[in-house]
Amino acid sequence: MGFGANRVKIGILAVQGDFEAHAAMLVRLGAETAEVRTPAQLEGCDGLILPGGESTTQLQFLQEEGLADAIGKFAEQRGAIFGTCAGAILLATEVENPKQDSLKLLDMTVLRNAYGRQIASDVVSGPTKLKKEPLEMVFIRGPIIERAGPDVEVLAEYAGKPALVQRDNIMAATFHPELTDDTTVHEHFLGLVAAGTRQAASSAKS
Amino acid sequence: MDAKKVNGSGNASKGSNEWRVKVGLAEMLKGGVIMDVTNAEQAKIAEKAGACAVMALERVPSDIRKEGGVARMASIKVIREIMATVTIPVMAKVRIGHFAEAEVLQALEVDFIDESEVLTPADEENHIWKHDYRVPFVCGARNLGEALRRIAEGAAMIRTKGEAGSGNVVEAVRHMRAIVSQMKKLTTMRDDELMREAKELGAPLELIRQIAKTGKLPVPNFSAGGIATPADAALVRRLGAEAVFVGSGIFKSSDPEVRAKAVVKAATHFDDPKIVLEAHEELGEAMRGLDVRQMEEKDMLSTRGW
Repeated sequence: MGFGANRVKIGILAVQGDFEAHAAMLVRLGAETAEVRTPAQLEGCDGLILPGGESTTQLQFLQEEGLADAIGKFAEQRGAIFGTCAGAILLATEVENPKQDSLKLLDMTVLRNAYGRQIASDVVSGPTKLKKEPLEMVFIRGPIIERAGPDVEVLAEYAGKPALVQRDNIMAATFHPELTDDTTVHEHFLGLVAAGTRQAASSAKS
Repeated sequence: MDAKKVNGSGNASKGSNEWRVKVGLAEMLKGGVIMDVTNAEQAKIAEKAGACAVMALERVPSDIRKEGGVARMASIKVIREIMATVTIPVMAKVRIGHFAEAEVLQALEVDFIDESEVLTPADEENHIWKHDYRVPFVCGARNLGEALRRIAEGAAMIRTKGEAGSGNVVEAVRHMRAIVSQMKKLTTMRDDELMREAKELGAPLELIRQIAKTGKLPVPNFSAGGIATPADAALVRRLGAEAVFVGSGIFKSSDPEVRAKAVVKAATHFDDPKIVLEAHEELGEAMRGLDVRQMEEKDMLSTRGW
């Protein structure tokens, strides 16, 4: 490794959705970003973001292009993954309203479009473990996490439901931190990524 | 997350939370393909092919062109059926200036409203004041001035007008190039030149100054009007479109399922010719196109609105 050895590279699934908003947020935090549309583009990434968008559209694409398997392997190798909104739906083990297949990487049940149509989209705030003040949350045709598995930690809530959750190297938000000016959630994710790369480096040495 | 606002009491001015979620939904559609559909069965095909949203309308533009008559907002029954059938966002069109149709569609809770030149205008002077609505609007534009007037009225997404129902991409290309090059020009201008440019373009100075700084529209910039093939989709994406609307191109072709899928593939991989080639391999016949140079002014849809 030469220049920028400490600079992590975050892949952003760029099939469809607000991948540019995530990229802008990460660049602001000093990370390098790469758009991911093929399994090859995922190689060399330290973390992966599954952005908001339409989960049905994204899922079909992932399955047809072999990216679903590549992302599964990435998670197995302890790569950090963060899904927002549609991305959270893709990560869930169970998807309802209606039932839909998924990557099944995070033990939770998610209800799609659970607040209703676009007219119910809103900006709200909820308590979080990541900082003292409440977290601003932009919900756009958002899902609800109806059940979070026993090993899943709830990092933020809205209206009594988990809105930001994490288990080991996998994180999911039902809202869009990338559409706010608050970098808290992305900073937390970059912390996960750094922990993962440290671990990989130490196991490579031993 | 309740509070449905009635027209006239909206608060969706720039920077407000309402405005943020309106532009937010437009952001979510980036990179995707929005397909015109006239019934639930077509909507299902579009969703299965990977469309990120569908546009409900009574007749696709090429039929409106052929059959003539007044084209209005689609039947509520059909829109409802489409909304009940797919889980992706459902858009619907209203006539330019027809704020009562827009109120009806907001009450129906469609996800996006297209104030569209494809329908027969209801007002030849005024567009809808779109800030009054909680549902986001998309509007067509041929150049930067038109795009900025619509944004100033509250449009949360801009699309090129192109020439709908022509199967001919030439106007969409013209409009996208115009918008992009006019924005580029603004970024090279001195502050003291921007007022004259605002006057020239007929657009608010505040928006002109913003674009001079950022080089891009403050809302997503999509392309529509005449896109019929995967390569057409790749072309407009390469010219700066952040997503693509396909109207008559899908369901007026000989192979809607295959073509819908192929256009989605090309829109995503627009910068990889090998994949655009793959998208073309299986295709049958595209819709029959029209030479817009042979068309008379009265038959052009893109000249509706200003």
